[in-house]
Amino acid sequence: MITIIDYGAGNLFSVRKALEYFGANVVVSDASTDILKAKGLVLPGVGAFGWGMKLLEEKRLCEAIKEAIDKGIPLFGVCLGLQLLFEESEESPEVKGLGIIKGKVKKLPNNLPLPHIGWNQVKIVKDAPIFREINSEGFFYFVHSYYGEPIDERVICGETEYGIIFPSAIWQDNVFAVQFHPEKSSKEGLKIYKNFLDIVYGDNTSY
Amino acid sequence: MLTKRIIPCLDVKDGRVVKGMHFIDLKDAGDPVELAEYYDKEGADELVFLDITASLERRRTIVEFVKRTASKVFIPFTVGGGIGSIEEIKEILRSGADKVSINTQAVKNPSLITEASKIFGSQCIVVAIDAKRDEDMKGWRVYINGGTTPTNLEAISWAKEVESLGAGEILLTSIDADGTQQGYDIALTRAVAEAVNIPVIASGGAGSLEHIRDVLKDGKASAALIASLLHYKKYTIREIKEYLKEEGIPVRL
Repeated sequence: MITIIDYGAGNLFSVRKALEYFGANVVVSDASTDILKAKGLVLPGVGAFGWGMKLLEEKRLCEAIKEAIDKGIPLFGVCLGLQLLFEESEESPEVKGLGIIKGKVKKLPNNLPLPHIGWNQVKIVKDAPIFREINSEGFFYFVHSYYGEPIDERVICGETEYGIIFPSAIWQDNVFAVQFHPEKSSKEGLKIYKNFLDIVYGDNTSY
Repeated sequence: MLTKRIIPCLDVKDGRVVKGMHFIDLKDAGDPVELAEYYDKEGADELVFLDITASLERRRTIVEFVKRTASKVFIPFTVGGGIGSIEEIKEILRSGADKVSINTQAVKNPSLITEASKIFGSQCIVVAIDAKRDEDMKGWRVYINGGTTPTNLEAISWAKEVESLGAGEILLTSIDADGTQQGYDIALTRAVAEAVNIPVIASGGAGSLEHIRDVLKDGKASAALIASLLHYKKYTIREIKEYLKEEGIPVRL
């Protein structure tokens, strides 16, 4: 079972459909029990950092997420879901993040239109299981104004250029996260969900 | 590199795609899902559905077709047409649409833009502006109700205002150019694109490959909305993108 963590931050429908496209058994839930008994977790989300953390805290999900990660359950963060994994964000300086990835979420420079909306390339800078059979410099759909900057550069596995070069994919142990929306990135995006399912279940098993 | 987007626009009525479709290789050219899948395969970067349903069943049919589309199509899509309340926006986004486009109601009730972008994020609030050249204004006048009703708003200042109210993108249609296939209104598009710092999607007038190039290059648009040129298969999306690439415009191929 894959649990999509439902803390109230919109557009879970497409994430769910992308996983179900490969026949995965998906639960959308805000219950700690569903988080702790999942084989794999997806932390999705669009919206503001402070608002997202507030919802996670109100629903008392932070501890369950951290415990699940400690237990070794693979987690896939998408967009705001990537940012929430960090310690803090310029978007909401007064709010602490989950702190799973050491570092800070920063605002993109405003010499180009913001939000950064559209198809942009992801340069694979480190071979990661999430990128299996994905070409470097491939196109994915982005919608965001902030990006996560980890202190330890070794966790960066993908980079994208928009005014600056920023980390667009992260891999730290059993935690995977991307700033773009694979569920909106056509065929190449779906492959990333397939890769996550393979990480969770191993190859050639039923989801 | 961030690419320029090619966005097919489909008119939907009662959950079915309408208006001049010539898709001989589709089983059912009126099915939004089948057409969306077709355009996804062809390389469309996004889709816009303009709902023109007038019946009382309107909301239910929109939600239904949005859900069906989002279940099968994995590129971003926007739904517009007569959207006027937070409740309605919520329902459409929850059903799987990525963005909603607001036009008449944004003019009548600008606080809807602010409220909606606060709740759902500016990235999913597109404000559509229909504009027509106007000598009295020495610029372009904004029209509402499907381009039939003039307002007192001037397009450039209205564009700046919707940006400050929280719109994430502007879908700009030139009423003069729309349906002519004589080219986009480059002056209008450029004036708006230079006045705001959010992406501008140009619409109305595409009749040739050069028109699309010009609006993306000289018009400074982030994206080109295309309807009949694609629906009548004058060009495929791939042909358009290959041409743009040769012209030095970054596209996803």
